[in-house]
Amino acid sequence: MIKAILIFNNHGKPRLSKFYEHYSEDTEQQIIRETFHLVSKRDENVCNFLEGGMLIGGSDYKLIYRHYATLYFVFCVDSSESELGILDLIQVFVETLDKCFENVCELDLIFHVDKVHNILAEMVMGGMVLETNMNEIIMQVDAQNKMEKSEVSWTPPVPCMCMT
Amino acid sequence: MALKIVKGSIDRMFDKNLQDLVRGIRNHKEDEAKYISTCIDEIKQELKQDNIAVKANAVCKLTYLQMLGYDVSWAAFNIVEVMSSSKFTYKRIGYLAASQCFHESTDVIMLTTNQIRKDLSSPNQYDTGVALTGLSCFVTPDLARDLANDIMTLMSHTKPYIRKKAVLIMYKVFLKYPESLRPAFPRLKEKLEDPDPGVQSAAVNVICELARRNPKNYLSLAPLFFKLMTSSTNNWVLIKIIKLFGALTPLEPRLGKKLIEPLTNLIHSTSAMSLLYECVNTVIAVLISLSSGMPNHSASIQLCVQKLRILIEDSDQNLKYLGLLAMSKILKTHPKSVQSHKDLILQCLDDKDESIRLRALDLLYGMVSKKNLMEIVKKLMLHVDKAEGTTYRDELLTKIIDICSQSNYQYITNFEWYISILVELTRLEGTRHGHLIASQMLDVAIRVKAIRAFAVAQMATLLDNAHLLTGNMQRNGICEVSYAAAWICGEFSEHLENPMQTLEAMLRPKVATLPGHIQAVYVQNAAKLFATVLKSQEGNTDSTAAQETSQLMIERLPLFVQSANLEVQERASCILQLVKYIQKLQQKDVEVAEEVSALFAGELNPVAPKAQKKVPVPEGLDLDAWINEPPSESESEDEQPKAIFTKEETKHSRPRHIEVDEKELARRREARKQEQANNPFYIKASPSSQKVYQDTPGVEHIPVVQIDLSVPLKVPGLPMSDQYVKLEEERRQKERAEKKKKEKKKRKEKRSGRGKKHDSGPESEEDITPAHMVDIVTEEMPENALPSDDDDKDPNDPHKALDIDLDNLGEMAGRRPLADSEKLPVRSHRAVEAAKSPGEDGDAETVATQQPKKKSGKDKRDDKKKDKDKERKKSKDEKKKKKHKHEEKEEDLLRGEVHEPVVQSEGISQVAELPTSTSAEVSDLDFWLSNAPVPSNTQVESPPLPLPLISSVNTPLIHSMNYWSVICCFFSRNLSLYCLPMWISDLFFCLVLIFLTLVFFDTASSLKGHITLSSSILQPSSV
Repeated sequence: MIKAILIFNNHGKPRLSKFYEHYSEDTEQQIIRETFHLVSKRDENVCNFLEGGMLIGGSDYKLIYRHYATLYFVFCVDSSESELGILDLIQVFVETLDKCFENVCELDLIFHVDKVHNILAEMVMGGMVLETNMNEIIMQVDAQNKMEKSEVSWTPPVPCMCMT
Repeated sequence: MALKIVKGSIDRMFDKNLQDLVRGIRNHKEDEAKYISTCIDEIKQELKQDNIAVKANAVCKLTYLQMLGYDVSWAAFNIVEVMSSSKFTYKRIGYLAASQCFHESTDVIMLTTNQIRKDLSSPNQYDTGVALTGLSCFVTPDLARDLANDIMTLMSHTKPYIRKKAVLIMYKVFLKYPESLRPAFPRLKEKLEDPDPGVQSAAVNVICELARRNPKNYLSLAPLFFKLMTSSTNNWVLIKIIKLFGALTPLEPRLGKKLIEPLTNLIHSTSAMSLLYECVNTVIAVLISLSSGMPNHSASIQLCVQKLRILIEDSDQNLKYLGLLAMSKILKTHPKSVQSHKDLILQCLDDKDESIRLRALDLLYGMVSKKNLMEIVKKLMLHVDKAEGTTYRDELLTKIIDICSQSNYQYITNFEWYISILVELTRLEGTRHGHLIASQMLDVAIRVKAIRAFAVAQMATLLDNAHLLTGNMQRNGICEVSYAAAWICGEFSEHLENPMQTLEAMLRPKVATLPGHIQAVYVQNAAKLFATVLKSQEGNTDSTAAQETSQLMIERLPLFVQSANLEVQERASCILQLVKYIQKLQQKDVEVAEEVSALFAGELNPVAPKAQKKVPVPEGLDLDAWINEPPSESESEDEQPKAIFTKEETKHSRPRHIEVDEKELARRREARKQEQANNPFYIKASPSSQKVYQDTPGVEHIPVVQIDLSVPLKVPGLPMSDQYVKLEEERRQKERAEKKKKEKKKRKEKRSGRGKKHDSGPESEEDITPAHMVDIVTEEMPENALPSDDDDKDPNDPHKALDIDLDNLGEMAGRRPLADSEKLPVRSHRAVEAAKSPGEDGDAETVATQQPKKKSGKDKRDDKKKDKDKERKKSKDEKKKKKHKHEEKEEDLLRGEVHEPVVQSEGISQVAELPTSTSAEVSDLDFWLSNAPVPSNTQVESPPLPLPLISSVNTPLIHSMNYWSVICCFFSRNLSLYCLPMWISDLFFCLVLIFLTLVFFDTASSLKGHITLSSSILQPSSV
C-alpha cells in the first residue's frame, strides 16, 4: 500500500500532497516538513530509500523518492510494495506528466495542481497501484479532458481575465 | 434563463480562478497569510452564490489551500453540492476536494450516499470512475455497507476501466466493512482470470494485500497464482504474486518446494532488476521455511547469495541497499553462507550513505564469532567516535550492545573487556540510550558471578567521577547509568575496595539533581553500603569510626527527605530513622552490624522479563470480574493513569514520543492559560508569585555552572577496552602455543599408533576458551509457566476483522456457506417503494421467472446506446429500480415458500449420488501440491457457467445436509450472477423448483418450529 504521495520543491514548498489515510491539516504539514528535512539533506548519488519517517507508519514504512531538477517526488509505502517497482512508478508518473504538460516544469505543477491530481488518480487509487501503462493513463486522462472541453463549449464562452 | 447565464458568466469574470490565486499568493510572499485570509473570504462569498460554476471554482481553490495546510472542512457541504453537479467538470472538482479533506468524522458524508450510488450507476464511465476514485479516499463503514452491493455489481461491468477500479476499491470496502468479504470473494477470485490485464493486476493487488495480513486463508488460491505466475508477463503482477508466495510459503512447505524451480528460472532469465530482487527474496523465504534438512537446496542459497553480491557490488546505491536488505534475511537461517562475504559487508560500513551503513550494521549481527567480536566492536567504536549525527551514533550504540549480548553473551570471551566497553560508551555525549547501557551493566553484573568484583570496582569509579563523565546529567539519558552503578555498588558491596569512599560519593548533594527514580536507588543502596561499612568498622576495635559513619548518614539524608519525589522521600525518611536508632545503640556500645546487614541479606536472583506474565492464573480466579463496583464513567475520565509503575517504561520508550508529549503539554498549558485569561472569574496570579521553586532547598538554589566539554575526558583509573583486547590476544596466543604443544604430543602418540594424519587447520571458534570460566546464570521463570508468547499482536489492527475463512466460500465444499446475515445489504430505498405499491408483490410472484430476462435485455440495450433524452432515461431508471425490487422480492418469496420442504432431512440420499463438479479439484490444495507437474491451463478454465452452479447447490447437500445453507448458497450465487445470460439462471431456477417440489411431496411437515424460526429470520430482509 502507498500511504502518501508528496511532491515538493527544493525549498520544501508543497506542490502536491496526497494522503491515503486521514491526517489533520497540521499533521500533514508536519509530515511534509519532516519528509523534506529528511530527504533534502541527502546527497545526490545515495540510495533512494529512507527509513524512519516517524510520523508516517513506523518501521514497516519506507520513503522512496526521486529528485528531478527542482522537485522531489516522495512516495511513502509499506513493505508490500516493491522498492524498485515504486521507483519505476515514479518514473512513469513523471514521464506521464511530461507528456501531458509537454515538457513539464515546476510551474506546470504550481498552476495546475488539479490536473496533476487527475493524472495521479489514473495511476494510484486509494493507495493501490491502478495502472502502470503510460499510454493507457494518457488515453484516459485525454478522454476526460476532452469531455471537459465539450462541456465547456456547451456554455457561453467566458472571456479570459489574464488576457486583458 | 439566458440572462441568468450571462450574469453568471459576468460574475465568473471577476472571480479569481485557481491560477489567479496561485499567482496572487506568489506575489504576496511577505504577507501570505493575510492575502490568503482575504481569498478565503472571497471564496466564502462565492460559495453563497447559486451558480454551480462559481461554486466549483471556489472549491477548486479550497483544494489548493488545503494542500497549503488550511482547514477547509467548513466548506464540506459545498463540496457535496459540487460533487452532485451533473457536469463532469464540476463533479471531478468536487470529488477531488472530497478525497482531499473528507474523513470518517465528516458528518456531511452521510448525505453523499445516494449521490455516489447515482454516479456509480451512471452511463458515463468517467462519472463512475471519478466517483470510485473519490470514494476510495473517504469511504466510511456506513458508505461501505450501503454501497458494497453496487460496487460488487460494477466488478462485472462491461468496461475494464470501471472493473479495475471497482476491484481495487473492494479492498477499502473490506477494511471498513469486513462482513462484505465473504460474499464478494468469489467474484473477486473470478477477476484473477479477467481477460483485461489491468483488471487482473488489480485483483492480484487486492488479494495480495488481503493475504499479506491473513495468509492462511488464501493458501487454497496458490494453484491459481502459480498458474498466473507461470503465464503472466506483466512484471507488476509477477512481483505482487511472488511477494505473496513469500508470505504463503512459511505456512505450507510443500508449496516452497514447488516454487523453487520456476523462481530460479526467473532469476536466470529476467532482465528486470526489480523482478530479480523479488524472486531472490521469495527464494530466501522458501529456504527459510525449508531450513531444516534439504541439503540439496544449497545450490539455491549459493545462487541467491551470489546474485545479492552482484547487487551489493553494483555502483547503483539502490541495488546495494536492497542487496544488503535481502542478505540480512538469509543471515537468520544460513549465517555461514553470508559470513563468507564479510569483507564486502565491512566495506559497506564505510559507505557515505547512511541507509547503507545501517543495513550493513544489521548484517554485522550475524558476522560475529568468538574470534572476531573484539575486532568488529573495536571498529564500531571508531565509528562511534567519528559519527556526526546522533541518530546514527545511537544506532551504533544499540548495535554494539545487541551484537555483544546476543544469544546470552555467546560470543563474549572476556567480560572485563565488555564492561570496559560499556563504561566507554557512557562517555557519549547526548545519547538517548543510557538505559540500555545501564540494563546491560546490571545484567552482566548480576548474571556473570565471576565478573562482579571487577564490575563493582568499575562502577565505584564511575560513581566517583559521575559528574565529570556525564556533563549535563539531567538532560542526558546517560544518567541512567548511575542508576545501574549505584545499584551494583550497593548490592555487591562486599567486593568494594573502599566502601566508605563510595558511600560518600553516593551521598553528595549533587545527587539530588538526578531524576527521582535514580535518587531512590541511591538512597536505598547507600543504606546497603552503610551496612557493609559498619560491618568492616566494627570488626576493628575503633568504635568511633562506625559512629562517624552514622553521623555522615544523619547529616546527608535530610536532603533526600525533603525531596519532592515520593519514593525518595519515603525511603530516605525510613532509613534516616533507622540510622538514628542505630546511632543510639552505638552510643551504648551495642554491636549492631550483624543486625543491620541482616536487613539486606540474601541473593537477588535475575528474573526473566516476561516471568510475571507467564504465571498461570490459579483455578477459580476470574481476573475480569469486578472486585468492587466499577467507578462511574465521569471519574475514570478525570483520573489519569498514575505513573508510579509506568515511570520506568516511559523512560525507556522512544524519545520521539516524549517530545510529542511535551509539545502536547505545552499546547495544553497554552490553551489553559488562554482560557484562564478569558475567564473573568478566574483569579489571576500576580506575576511576582510566579517564582519557580526548586525541588530541593538549600545548596541547590545556588546555580551551578556546568561545564559542557565536547571532548570526552580521559579519567585516570577508568579502563580502556583496548588494553583488554591486547591482553586477550596475548592470552589467546599463549593458549594456542599450549595447544600446539599438546597437539604435537598427541600427534606423536598417534603416529606411533596409526599413520593417519591429524588435520590441524585454522583455529576454529570452539578452540577459544573464555578468559575466566563464566557461570552465566539463566533467568528465573515461574513454575509451570505458560508457553504461549502471543503478546505482541495489536488488538486495533483493522486487518484482524478480515481474518475470515474463505476456502469454503461459494466453492463446492459447502461447509460454511453464507449465512443470511452475511449477505450484502441491498438498496435501501426498496422498502419505501414497496410500501408505495403493495399491489405489485402479487405480480412479482407470478412474473417471477420472466422478469430477469426482460431486465437483462434492457440492461444490454442501455449499455449500447448512449442516451440523449434524459427525461426518458430517468423514468427508465425508475422502472429498473422497480424491477430490481421485484427480483429481490421474488427471491425472498421463493425462499420462504421453498423453505418448508427443505428443512426435512429425508429424501436427499438419492440426490446425494449426483455427480460432483470437477472444478473442485482446482482449489484442492493437497491435490495440487501432491501432483508434481505444473497444472495445465485447461484445468482452471471451467467458466462460471451452469455446471459449477448446480454443483454448488448439490454438494452442500452431500456434505452437510444443511438445507438452510443450501438455500442461502443458491441465492447468493444467483444474486451475484443475474448479469449472466439469463436462460441459464432460468434453467437453473426450474431445476431447483422441480427438485424442491419433489422433496416437498416426499416429506411431511414435522419440523414446524424450524420453519417459523427461519421465516422470522427472513422478515427483516424482505421488508
